[in-house]
Amino acid sequence: MGERQVEFRNVSFRYQEDMPWVLKNVSFTIGPNEWVAIIGHNGSGKSTIAKLMNGLLFPQEGEIFVDGMKVSQESVWDIRKEVGMVFQNPDNQFVGTTVRDDVAFGMENHGMPRDLMVERIKESLKAVRMEDFERYEPHRLSGGQKQRIAIASVLAVSPKFIILDEATAMLDPKGRKEIMQTVREVQQERDLSLITITHDLQEVTQASRVLVMNSGEVWMEGSPREVFSSKDHLTEIGLDTPFVSKMADHLKAEGVSLAREPLNHQELLEDLWTSRSNM
Amino acid sequence: MSSSMIIGQYIPADSVIHRLDPRSKIAIIFFYVVIVFFANSVMSYGVLTLFAIGSALLSKVPFRYIMKGLKPVWFLILFTFLLHLFVTREGDVAFSLFGWDVYREGLIQGGAISLRFFLLILVTSLLTLTTTPIEITDAIEELLGPLKKLRFPVHELALMMSISLRFIPTLMQETEKISKAQASRGVDFRTGSFKDRVRAVVPLLVPLFVSAFKRAEELAMAMEARGYQGGEGRTKLRELQLTKIDVLVYGVFVLLVIALFMTRS
Repeated sequence: MGERQVEFRNVSFRYQEDMPWVLKNVSFTIGPNEWVAIIGHNGSGKSTIAKLMNGLLFPQEGEIFVDGMKVSQESVWDIRKEVGMVFQNPDNQFVGTTVRDDVAFGMENHGMPRDLMVERIKESLKAVRMEDFERYEPHRLSGGQKQRIAIASVLAVSPKFIILDEATAMLDPKGRKEIMQTVREVQQERDLSLITITHDLQEVTQASRVLVMNSGEVWMEGSPREVFSSKDHLTEIGLDTPFVSKMADHLKAEGVSLAREPLNHQELLEDLWTSRSNM
Repeated sequence: MSSSMIIGQYIPADSVIHRLDPRSKIAIIFFYVVIVFFANSVMSYGVLTLFAIGSALLSKVPFRYIMKGLKPVWFLILFTFLLHLFVTREGDVAFSLFGWDVYREGLIQGGAISLRFFLLILVTSLLTLTTTPIEITDAIEELLGPLKKLRFPVHELALMMSISLRFIPTLMQETEKISKAQASRGVDFRTGSFKDRVRAVVPLLVPLFVSAFKRAEELAMAMEARGYQGGEGRTKLRELQLTKIDVLVYGVFVLLVIALFMTRS
């Protein structure tokens, strides 16, 4: 229950009394500066985890601690200052009539003085490289740009944790790439913990740790390399593995030995030419 | 969908009227609407007209946009004029039109009422032409501020207005998308009887409403996640500030009121 970390302790959750449990006795910890990807099928409980961290939902059993505070009705406003969330639909989380109004929205809610707001707007827009769009209305922005504004809005409140709840799901490949690049830069600059909930396998490979959820339970936990090297375990619950990972499997089946599980094309390529040249 | 879509009738320009605090504009228009009904002589109407035309000129809004704002009410102005012309039966007969006597008093009253109408519409459309909808929203929130003591949800009202403004373009884009999708499935919006066309709107409205509700739910969730907890303890980025121009305009308006009461008969 230390500072700068999120801890789930035997958390169980269901939406209504007579409904099945969405989360069953889930425990895990997310440390400072960590990038954790949560993957799993629709209905595996991964979005519920996000909402529990932010106090949008409360668990029936177990406890959740964010930055040393227990998530409860009383602490929820302080917790929302520490945990920023970016949702899936770029349009449905844009509250302001212009970019600067939207970035200010969260700060206004937390009662920040105006001078500080003006300063923070500039800073956070710069961090997502949208500083030239301060006066733009949302309908003049692309989906990717709107999501970058959503990230800026979250940054402006300077939280310790950012949750991306399928934030790239509705974007085209270019938008996706932009967002992930922005996120990576921001995470390095501001040392915050990042939690991405995603279906995109490319995103998963960039995380420092992966949580695999299956029907309300933590199915697997480990580095992306560990997770993708135990493919049988993943395919058992019907999850896909990245193309490079599959490629490596086929190579192994053909008798090519690889030093480690490759996470991207570059790694596979390097592995191949170094092992070949040693022969 | 054009990128320069403008909500409302706002015409951007750099003029004294544009720079005026929206609260001042609303207040002055409110009082102007009241004092228009006190005019009763040619001179007093002259003073009021001078003020309205003067403001219109100062606003630098092109004449044709002002005319566009007046367009829907021309008919009403003409109608009231004619009504007074033919119904009033006081004073001397001025002249006879197709065997119908037109009285002098009717002519004067018809003219006066039409002029009042014209002035009211001109001044109020100047407000929407020179002020962005969001400025108007902010001004309304400020001006209704005292009502908070009576538990009137001023902040909520203003937030509702600004969110509506924010989502107008989004929902318009969506309408366009849905109408194309339905057209590709054979819904005909353009031909057929009036009844058929009204019926064709149903498959457009139903999905639009469904998605609007879904949006509302997601937006509420996103707002809550960003710490929204009502107007209590909230600060504001957009600030309204009275300037020297406002003070100057109040002065001019006071002079107008004095002039009006001096020229009344």
